[in-house]
Amino acid sequence: MHSDPNLYDYWPYEGRPRIKWPGGKKLAFWIAPNIEYYEWNPPPNPQRKPWPRGNPDVVGYSQRTWGNTVGHWRMMELFDKYGLRGSISLSIGLIDHHPEIIEACVERNWEFFSHGIYNTRFSYGMDEAQERAVLEDSIKSVENATGQRIRGYLAPALTHTEKTLDLIAEYDFWYTCDLFQDDQPQPLKTKAGRLVSLPYSLEVNDVIGYSVQGWSAERYADVLIRHFDQLLEEGSQSGTVMCIPLHAYLVSQPHRLRAFKRVLKHITSHNDDVWFATGSEIAEHFRDNFWDQTLADIEKRGIATGGTGFAPA
Amino acid sequence: MPLPDEYLQYPHRKRGFDQPFYGWEPVPLRKKAKLKKRLKATATIVVPCEFFPLDPPSEPFRHPAGMKTPYPDLRHYTSRDYGNRVGVFRILRELDHAGCKATFCVDAATAERYPPLLDAIKDGKHEIAAAGVSTAHIHHAGLTENEERQLIERVRSALPQATTWLSPARNESFNTLPLLAEAGFKVCLDWEADMRPLAMKTAHGSITAVPHYNELSDFTLLATRNQSEDEWVTQILSTADDHVGRYEDEGAGAFAFTLTPFIAGQPFRIEALRRILAGLAAMDEIRVCTAAKAVDLFGETP
Repeated sequence: MHSDPNLYDYWPYEGRPRIKWPGGKKLAFWIAPNIEYYEWNPPPNPQRKPWPRGNPDVVGYSQRTWGNTVGHWRMMELFDKYGLRGSISLSIGLIDHHPEIIEACVERNWEFFSHGIYNTRFSYGMDEAQERAVLEDSIKSVENATGQRIRGYLAPALTHTEKTLDLIAEYDFWYTCDLFQDDQPQPLKTKAGRLVSLPYSLEVNDVIGYSVQGWSAERYADVLIRHFDQLLEEGSQSGTVMCIPLHAYLVSQPHRLRAFKRVLKHITSHNDDVWFATGSEIAEHFRDNFWDQTLADIEKRGIATGGTGFAPA
Repeated sequence: MPLPDEYLQYPHRKRGFDQPFYGWEPVPLRKKAKLKKRLKATATIVVPCEFFPLDPPSEPFRHPAGMKTPYPDLRHYTSRDYGNRVGVFRILRELDHAGCKATFCVDAATAERYPPLLDAIKDGKHEIAAAGVSTAHIHHAGLTENEERQLIERVRSALPQATTWLSPARNESFNTLPLLAEAGFKVCLDWEADMRPLAMKTAHGSITAVPHYNELSDFTLLATRNQSEDEWVTQILSTADDHVGRYEDEGAGAFAFTLTPFIAGQPFRIEALRRILAGLAAMDEIRVCTAAKAVDLFGETP
């Protein structure tokens, strides 16, 4: 076991070289609906119960099916109204269960990235071959269904092994949403590839806001607006990233979606300053333009520690 | 089998406290403290800059903000690291705008890992205090005196100038205070104990507690109890206001509260943070100052 994952070097927020977004925009904004499939009777994992109450969990399961049957369509309609494209954190198995959702997202030119096969199958205890199988399944299944080559990853239920990030980098993924240490992208120290840590968010994730913190819809909306305003203000110094990770089974609830609409109205009213992008668009822009600059800055400050993830120098 | 007879014997049952560090001096029975320049209270901002390792021990207990999910808990590791990379620099900037000096409690691991953070705190002319080795090195009664002394020595060598101490998770053994005094620490932020600086006596000399209000902890209020940012602001400013209002009856007071970088440094909380700092800075009778400075001010006889 390691006390420091060594996946990235320290990079203090102050004094960083400027990140510039296309068109001189201050903030790169992306929105990431988690379109998840939770199984009715998933197999056990030695380190985590798929349903905390045990299988089956009617309340937990049925709320997720509500999300896909009802909530997703309402959320998509709202995105359409504001001209937003989602970057979907996809339970890959959902392609087989609900192809109509995939088709509707393809029609809208939304981006897909992998969130594991099911949100009830965890990475804990997988060996390298098993993790590879999940990644190969993810790449192939999305390619077959949509023609898209996925470039992003968020581990199912945020469960990892020491190898996860090295493997996704090796499979030429461009970004991971698994790390929460920053409001700007940063290169990760993987053995191969050029993998960007892309700011996703737990703090303003609806699961944390609604299910963990127990916020009301209005409070969650206020938090999102303040978060956006602050990151936009800071983006005039150097480009920042804001992501709103969502789950239709939470945000699309009848008592919540109206408050969330206020957030999208606010954010899209700042069109002049905001780059509305997808995960891979932001990662690609960073990789092409700011990857080397960032590493050089860390090197120059004398704080690069060498080595790679879980393999210190 | 009933409990042993000793269980119903109470050897310390007499007037005063049952710990050796300070005596019983309730507010109505003591002289009021006074400060120079018509000041009525000091307010100390405590900013803990701590390392949360990916592999913490579970004994004696897991730090309240430590890892939660099975190894490798990248989620909590990186969420805490956010504070030392990003959040703390927002706090530094807002302190600077408000003209406030704070006490940054840095643990040895963070001092060794993140030298640019120490430089930024020094550049801002804030106090650098010590916060133990890391959040995985909690002081507790299961340590021998020598084991605990070695922890403090490691902190001493990482932060040779520090005179103020905050224990990881604010936990101590029975020996922590004398060992801190022996190592030259003058101020401790673990104890709430009073409404003004409180000299605690040890065999190695005195160490002064600046009352650090656990009930005002941003981590507790915002992350654990899910209170709103508005409630957070109100409670800190009303604490300050209350100190001013009680001055006539109780004398000068002191209080400290935490701004945790991974909590208070979140973008959506900066607007509230500005209201706290501006509110405190606008109170003429309150001096926002470091823990060391607060103790100095109370040591001056007006």
